[in-house]
Amino acid sequence: MSLTSDDVKKVARLARLAMTETEIQAAHAQMTGIFGLIEDMQAINTDGIEPMSHAQDLAQRLREDAVTETDQRELFQSVAPQVEKGLYLVPQVIE
Amino acid sequence: MWRTSISWRPTGINARHRGFEMTWEIVIGLEVHAQLSTNSKIFCGASTAFGAEPNTQADAVSLALPGVLPVLNKGAVERAIKFGLATGAHIAPKSVFARKNYFYPDLPKGYQISQMDLPVVGKGTLTIQVPAVGKLPAYEKVVGLTRAHLEEDAGKSLHEDFHGMTGIDLNRAGTPLLEIVSEPDMRSAAEAIAYAKTLHTLVQWIGICDGNMQEGSFRCDVNVSVRKPGAPFGTRREIKNLNSFKFMQQAIDYEVQWQIDTLENGGKIQQATVLFNPDTGETRTMRTKEDAHDYRYFPDPDLLPLEISEAWKNEIRATMPELPQTKQQRYVAEMGLSAYDASLLTSSKAMADFFEAAATGADAKQCANWIIGEVSAQLNRDSLDIDKCPISPQQLNGMLKRIADGTISNSGAKEVFRTMWAEGGEADAIIEAKGLKQVSDTGALEKIVDEIIAANADKVAEYRSGKDKLFGFFVGLAMKASKGKANPAQMNDILKKKLLE
Repeated sequence: MSLTSDDVKKVARLARLAMTETEIQAAHAQMTGIFGLIEDMQAINTDGIEPMSHAQDLAQRLREDAVTETDQRELFQSVAPQVEKGLYLVPQVIE
Repeated sequence: MWRTSISWRPTGINARHRGFEMTWEIVIGLEVHAQLSTNSKIFCGASTAFGAEPNTQADAVSLALPGVLPVLNKGAVERAIKFGLATGAHIAPKSVFARKNYFYPDLPKGYQISQMDLPVVGKGTLTIQVPAVGKLPAYEKVVGLTRAHLEEDAGKSLHEDFHGMTGIDLNRAGTPLLEIVSEPDMRSAAEAIAYAKTLHTLVQWIGICDGNMQEGSFRCDVNVSVRKPGAPFGTRREIKNLNSFKFMQQAIDYEVQWQIDTLENGGKIQQATVLFNPDTGETRTMRTKEDAHDYRYFPDPDLLPLEISEAWKNEIRATMPELPQTKQQRYVAEMGLSAYDASLLTSSKAMADFFEAAATGADAKQCANWIIGEVSAQLNRDSLDIDKCPISPQQLNGMLKRIADGTISNSGAKEVFRTMWAEGGEADAIIEAKGLKQVSDTGALEKIVDEIIAANADKVAEYRSGKDKLFGFFVGLAMKASKGKANPAQMNDILKKKLLE
């Protein structure tokens, strides 16, 4: 599968990355390299091997269901660009 | 052709659509987000209590401050396991959390932690009782569950005007949700609502969700399509975020009608997400497939696979209450109730507890009739739930025993019931005070009948010459003479016998 620069632009848009034409070309070259690597790996026979979902062979540790956090709104909001009535203010989003 | 489809049932649609009646089959599947009733959030120790001041329950993890990591809440997993056990579902020994990527201000990480390829709960089933519609009787149906997975909720955006800006409250961000996905097995709005109600009952019954629909604890997305019976599935449209059963009914009715009209007029259905507007009763398109999100799911490297052992499952299984479905089967098999009545009596745990307490040592069928009839009607009139019923199950039980042993007639029982509801008191005391004890003394009843026969010789002659209809006339006189206290069955027997002498 070959990657087009349109694919790169689409991924950039989804990741909300503003990229110049030069950056897109550089990313295209790098990503094509990664795709090549994946193609090499896909040649390996993995029949009967359980897919890995994490690099560490461990199970998730669980926490007891208890409230441990206290209200630190004032502290957290002291570094927010804009707050009002306890809310974080952000540019309006119209979907 | 549709007649061969046993799953077909009419909906309100057909009545309004005579011309195309019964030529379309409705196909519905549901996705329900049940908020799990944990104290703390799914990946951090912030509180999940409803109604707090904005952002006072938004800790560093909820805000996605740099460097924080999620730690999974055992209580959320336990609730997912309970759901799996209650629906006879496959519970994955190993499941994986994935990132669902999209940008929105109420999702500060830029992704929602959810599950994709390996959900915690796999295929299961839910048995529903669909109520009677018109002349069609109530029936039972088994709906397939595709999966149920754990995920975190997003925050809330407040679009009121903050100087042209949007206010963000992240208290809800990170609240644990179980997304329960059904197969497209439902064939009418009635079935979809029966399914949603059964699920709503179940999650509260097993104590995993408070079921509060106003507060958004139980939110339904409904996938609707129509097709000619036997044809492949039509293109579906998804109605988002329905938070009442009434709106669900209206939204499905409108959406089905809209799809049928569109197809009948030669149009095509485009896959889309739509919103229901309760004010207009209409659905409108929110986004179509072309601008649907591309979520780019991938396993979350911050979380290891979730492992659930047989031992843990068994430990939880031992704490599970008798399920509504099991109770229903028991009520049908052991007490001789109809499946539909049994489903009404298990519509909540409080209802089932009330019924079982009231039916102890009494006629279960009669008890069921009283609860489904008088008790429910009176609760409705007074806008009360069963757990606020002014008559205790023990009071009702006392009355049922007096009906069973012949102390009071049905009409006497109604009087006892009204008095208990309004003034309280035990059945025996009310029967005594109001003189409601029915007369079952054969001698006394015979005396009344003899007097009536003597005083109405002409009518007796007519009756004896074949005017059977007059029997009611004699019953009326006899009941009146006994001041309504005569045991009706006994009185009938005596009348019949004496009139023929």
